Amino acid sequence: MNRWLLHPWAKPLLWLLLAAPLAWLTWAAWQDQLGANPAEALLRSLGDWTLRMLCLTLAISPLRDWTGASGWLRLRRNLGVATFIYATLHWLAYAWFDQGLDLPALWADVTKRPFILVGTAAWLAMVPLAATSFNAAIRWLGGRAWKDLHKVTYALGPLALLHFFWMRAGKQDFLEVALYALVIGALLGWRRFKPQG
Amino acid sequence: MPLFRFHDPAAPAASEITPRALWLRRREWLATTALAGGALGAWASRDALAATPGPGRLAKLPAERSTVAGAMVEDRLTRYADVTGYNNFYEFGTDKTDPARLAHTLKPRPWTLTIEGEVRRTRTFDLDELLKLAPMEERIYRLRCVEGWSMVIPWVGFSLAALLKQVEPKGNAKFVEFVSLADPTQMPDVRSSVQDWVRDNNSIGRRPAVSPGVLDWPYREGLRLDEAMHPLTLLAFGLYGEVLPNQNGAPLRLVVPWKYGFKSAKSIVRIRLLEKQPVSSWERANAREYGFYSNVNPTVDHPRWSQASERRIGEDGLFSKKRPTLMFNGYEAQVASLYAGMDLRRFY
Repeated sequence: MNRWLLHPWAKPLLWLLLAAPLAWLTWAAWQDQLGANPAEALLRSLGDWTLRMLCLTLAISPLRDWTGASGWLRLRRNLGVATFIYATLHWLAYAWFDQGLDLPALWADVTKRPFILVGTAAWLAMVPLAATSFNAAIRWLGGRAWKDLHKVTYALGPLALLHFFWMRAGKQDFLEVALYALVIGALLGWRRFKPQG
Repeated sequence: MPLFRFHDPAAPAASEITPRALWLRRREWLATTALAGGALGAWASRDALAATPGPGRLAKLPAERSTVAGAMVEDRLTRYADVTGYNNFYEFGTDKTDPARLAHTLKPRPWTLTIEGEVRRTRTFDLDELLKLAPMEERIYRLRCVEGWSMVIPWVGFSLAALLKQVEPKGNAKFVEFVSLADPTQMPDVRSSVQDWVRDNNSIGRRPAVSPGVLDWPYREGLRLDEAMHPLTLLAFGLYGEVLPNQNGAPLRLVVPWKYGFKSAKSIVRIRLLEKQPVSSWERANAREYGFYSNVNPTVDHPRWSQASERRIGEDGLFSKKRPTLMFNGYEAQVASLYAGMDLRRFY
């Protein structure tokens, strides 16, 4: 397993995979393949992919333990950055398509509506993580402080779930929320209850 | 629509399109032309009867242009593909592409509609009787969804009042309840709650228990009697000059153009006239977010989003600003008097 994970092409290949949803969405928007309401389709799809990327990021540690391959860890920061990129695009899509980039309207909307506020807070919490995602930042901060800072990741799961739950609450349609809650619950629960080796 | 707006080579140039005002007067124009000769006259009157042409997928439903005040808005029509491909019809799934994909299992014929409750003559109509009850009119209405998008749809039907008059509402009838079909064999998302509903409805007036699903079936909606009798309240049998596609609520549905779309119940099988205000499905599921009135109102926000603006499907570009929502969806002149003196924040 490690042989594949440490292969020089592992990272470029990973980035190709991570960029694929975005490439597809861009192509679909260009070709008018996003249905009758492309703004909504883009906004929701970017939100879905943010959540999926977050799940992948959180899955790295369990994967290392289950497979015994430490090579997984080299991919974790890339996945974290990808999560941040999708979250940023998701927020920008909201600000642009939904609010027309009208700053006073945006501020009013964010402060008035808990589900937007929680989503925005989760995105803001990712900014320092993304800003310290390169090697030099680890050296500046020191490994310990860097690790502690990046534990913020664990809070993102519940925040994203709450945002998603509130978004769906009015329509009483919780199947997808429940599925993501199960996955994120399992990934975070594993950290709490994993067998001590 | 694409990311950016390109010129569609298939679309007619602006100069080739008949000015809308002229087009709306096409019957007068045709009538004038008809004076030219008898044969031509016959042709013209036939054409005058034809509604906005559909894509020819379903049976034609000829209609006269409506003369009801406010019934013909001059906005550009939403494409047939979008009107029929982007629907909320939860009996077929919660995704807006589900109804177009799954509603083929709905059987719009034979169909009966029962009208009961506080009426002098309880009646069950069969679809063919209903189709002949009053002259078919084409009406071009704005449709505003509570989710913040809108369309412009050429419906075919007649005022609901024409039907209600047939059953002679009693003096104590104050409200009208609309009940949609809930048949799990035709509608994949309608589950066990139907049995509960049948059981509960054996004792009239008892509310069915809330089901654990998305909504408890059947779908119910309600209007005040004066709202239901308003000439703009349409019993629709078609759109784009053809019968209703299943996903749009075949074979007959309600269209209340000044209220959010969900107030316009689809595939109706039962209408009940009531003394007391009924509880609609969305009200029962989430009364804080979906009130009984649900009039389109840009000044009263939905708890989770503003209602001040809307996205016109197929028209507003991705990066363009959404258009402002009009009070009562632009039908203020016709319907505001129904709500005179009411606090529309409280009765949202």
